[in-house]
Amino acid sequence: MSTSTSTSTTTSTTSTTITDAGIKVTQARVVKAEFLKVRTLRSTLYTLGIAVAAMSGIGILICWTTANDWNNMRPRRQLRFNPLEDSLVGFHLAQLAIGVFGVLLIAGEYSTGMIRSSLAAVPKRLPMLWAKVFVGAVVTFCVMLPSTLITFFVSQRLLSVRHIQVSWSTPNVPRTVIGVAMYLTVVVVLAIGLGALIRNVAGAIAALVGVLLVLPVIALALPQTWADRINKFLPSNAGQALLGFTGDSTQMTPWRGFALFCGYAIGAIAISAWLLRRRDA
Amino acid sequence: MIEAHSLSKRYGTKLAVDDLSFTVRPGIVTGFLGPNGAGKSTTMRMIIGLDAPTSGTVAVNGHRYADSPAPMHEVGALLESKAVHSSRTARNHLRVLATTCGIARSRVDEMIELVGLTDVADKRAGGFSLGMGQRLGIAAALLGDPSTVVLDEPVNGLDPEGILWVRNLLKGLAGEGRTVMVSSHLMSEMAMTADHLIVIGRGRLIADMSVEEFTQSASSDVVWVRTPHHARLTELLAAPGVAVVFSEPDGLQITGMGSDAIGELAAAHGVALHELTPVRASLEEAFMELTQESVEYHGGSVAS
Repeated sequence: MSTSTSTSTTTSTTSTTITDAGIKVTQARVVKAEFLKVRTLRSTLYTLGIAVAAMSGIGILICWTTANDWNNMRPRRQLRFNPLEDSLVGFHLAQLAIGVFGVLLIAGEYSTGMIRSSLAAVPKRLPMLWAKVFVGAVVTFCVMLPSTLITFFVSQRLLSVRHIQVSWSTPNVPRTVIGVAMYLTVVVVLAIGLGALIRNVAGAIAALVGVLLVLPVIALALPQTWADRINKFLPSNAGQALLGFTGDSTQMTPWRGFALFCGYAIGAIAISAWLLRRRDA
Repeated sequence: MIEAHSLSKRYGTKLAVDDLSFTVRPGIVTGFLGPNGAGKSTTMRMIIGLDAPTSGTVAVNGHRYADSPAPMHEVGALLESKAVHSSRTARNHLRVLATTCGIARSRVDEMIELVGLTDVADKRAGGFSLGMGQRLGIAAALLGDPSTVVLDEPVNGLDPEGILWVRNLLKGLAGEGRTVMVSSHLMSEMAMTADHLIVIGRGRLIADMSVEEFTQSASSDVVWVRTPHHARLTELLAAPGVAVVFSEPDGLQITGMGSDAIGELAAAHGVALHELTPVRASLEEAFMELTQESVEYHGGSVAS
């Protein structure tokens, strides 16, 4: 009884048999749907593309010019060069692109009205949030880990011409390289949390930039004793402790700092989950 | 089946829905009528759990929509035409919704064909006209083969052909035994589509009756009579096809008999009339009067 034309049909809505048991909402299906959402938006390509380009492009470019220019560089500049840190410096920019990706995952639905369709399909609501966190984290890690590894190995290969590279087997190098991908993965979770809280793309991006980049700058204005006490607990400083970059003695230890950073992200998700259950969509 | 019990919704200081109780039955098209801002959309949003009631409950098939294990099979809803991510294509939008509960891809293609969006299915929904957006929303609503369909102003933005299509679609869905609730602010549209009417104004229930009753009371010739002897006149008027409604303090609203016949009947029996006025109201006028005076009419004076 399937009728094909649009205007003359009165029925034909039952041509595919759908049984009650067949179309239950499950967490696995909601995850699949969120993957499909990510795949079917062009903004995913743009934001992740920029993140990869920033991550790999900046580090490789720096190492390439450094290798070429090494013999002309002043000793002081040579001393300041850090083959590990400078090859991965692109993560600063990548975290913004990743943050926008995370914010768009949920706040983009509020801006367009899609959220009403999403919540009507998943009226228990929380499975949708868990799925977004899972999908955002998996996609970010799976894209940024290879990107970070490639950046590291290509950069070191370029630097090896001047014998100024670091090797993978150097202590803490694997932790730092993989840590960049892990840091960015937590950034996306934090971004999803802020997006779900603020429900507005521009507002959530501003909040994320404020938390990650502006807070540490404001903290610089504090008196030294205060700054030493507070700075290391700020989200981005705590998270970047895992990378062990600055060698600053006031930083938290790598895993403690990273655990605190995860705590901030989980806190943001927990608050947004609580509000998602309570607020009208 | 949708059952609302003392449903209320307050936004800040504004009471959008006020102690609303009604039942929407399967097998017929129920029109949900009211002027703009009457609380129709709010009520529908509460049915599918987008808004939480301030007090009262609304149940679909005996339970809260959010408690349904297969929500899309239970209720299909078209709320706002643009509940769509503007940069996703129509087909992908439907596929995303279908995936949340494991609906097959073939069903998505079927719905696209049903609503007539085949040619634009792979275009971004953000570029859709209002009418195309409505068709996409209807496709989404029907995706899960729901036993209850809730559509908020589905004919908005549709061309006459589209309006006719929706009208037939709704009747077809009801004919299959589904519960169909469709809102509108156009009485004339509802008169052609619906079997039953729930009329609300300022968030309150004004009328809950069949379209037939409504049409009879509104569009047939009504004669308005004022007389101190209303009980006596009512007795005299008793005849098949004549309906008399008494209204305080001394008015009678008479349908089924012309003003000439009423006047002569009264004269023959010596009943004094203070007023004898033929009233001819269109459906639209009747509806407007009903909703404008919604506060006065509250109390179920016309509730069946």
